[in-house]
Amino acid sequence: MTHINISALAVGDVIGSKEFLLSRDSLVRYAGASGDFNPIHYRDDVAASVGLPGVLAHGMLTMGVAVQVVANWVGDAGKIIDYGVRFTKPVLVDPIDGAVVLVSGKVGEIDSENGEVRIDLTVSFNEQNVLGKAQARVRL
Amino acid sequence: MITSVVYSYYVVNPNVEGKKYPATAPYLVGREKVREFAHAVKSSNPVNLDLFAAQAAGYTDVVAPPTFAVVIQERSLATVLADPEAAIDFTRVVHGDQRFIHARPIVAGDELTSTLKVASVKSLGAHSMVTFETEIFDAANELVCTAISTLVVRGDE
Repeated sequence: MTHINISALAVGDVIGSKEFLLSRDSLVRYAGASGDFNPIHYRDDVAASVGLPGVLAHGMLTMGVAVQVVANWVGDAGKIIDYGVRFTKPVLVDPIDGAVVLVSGKVGEIDSENGEVRIDLTVSFNEQNVLGKAQARVRL
Repeated sequence: MITSVVYSYYVVNPNVEGKKYPATAPYLVGREKVREFAHAVKSSNPVNLDLFAAQAAGYTDVVAPPTFAVVIQERSLATVLADPEAAIDFTRVVHGDQRFIHARPIVAGDELTSTLKVASVKSLGAHSMVTFETEIFDAANELVCTAISTLVVRGDE
């Protein structure tokens, strides 16, 4: 059970939005927590050597952070039963200023019979969407 | 000349489509590992961090964030990337898309194994798109999560 009343929801309802600051520290922390130590996520020289404009955030970090808007709304992150994204644009993380990722979520579909709701996320950096088809299914 | 073109054309061996890889060694999900991962993805969700909140919500221990299964998926993918038959050049790999379908959330204390299947290999011009399906099971051999990942392997332009 959650505090959300499914019959009071409508498709298009905004469930929340949040800005996340991804700094170089965030990337190092995520590398350690996830075990993804690809150096393009923390070394400028390696990023440059493979033709990148700079150090990029792990796509999986952006994905993991974005779904927090859904978790905050539902209250219990364990209710998120299906979550998928497409990685469409990289997030370039400045060594000093980091990168601000803006996430907002709205109700995309309501399945009253099964008590499930699909939340569609919009995830942008520098006014460009960085994730496509970012959808989380929640069992209320 | 033509022969060398044919040999260098594929960046992924298309014959590995459908190939299944053996189960990975069990991974024990630690409570502090869950908290570390939760902090890394900027979670403030009580069930991810607080044992009592998780238990009050009906879980046996802290709940891993929805994308934590990537840690298990990576262990499976490592076996494919090391497989000479698949011939995937890791330095050319870009993550295309990712999905996690949970039968139940992962919680601390779970002992997880995974099996991986190459669901499809597609050519897209000089590039290849490989979709992997990783099934994650608990110690009772019940399905916990299916992780679907598509990698784009860049070929020569």
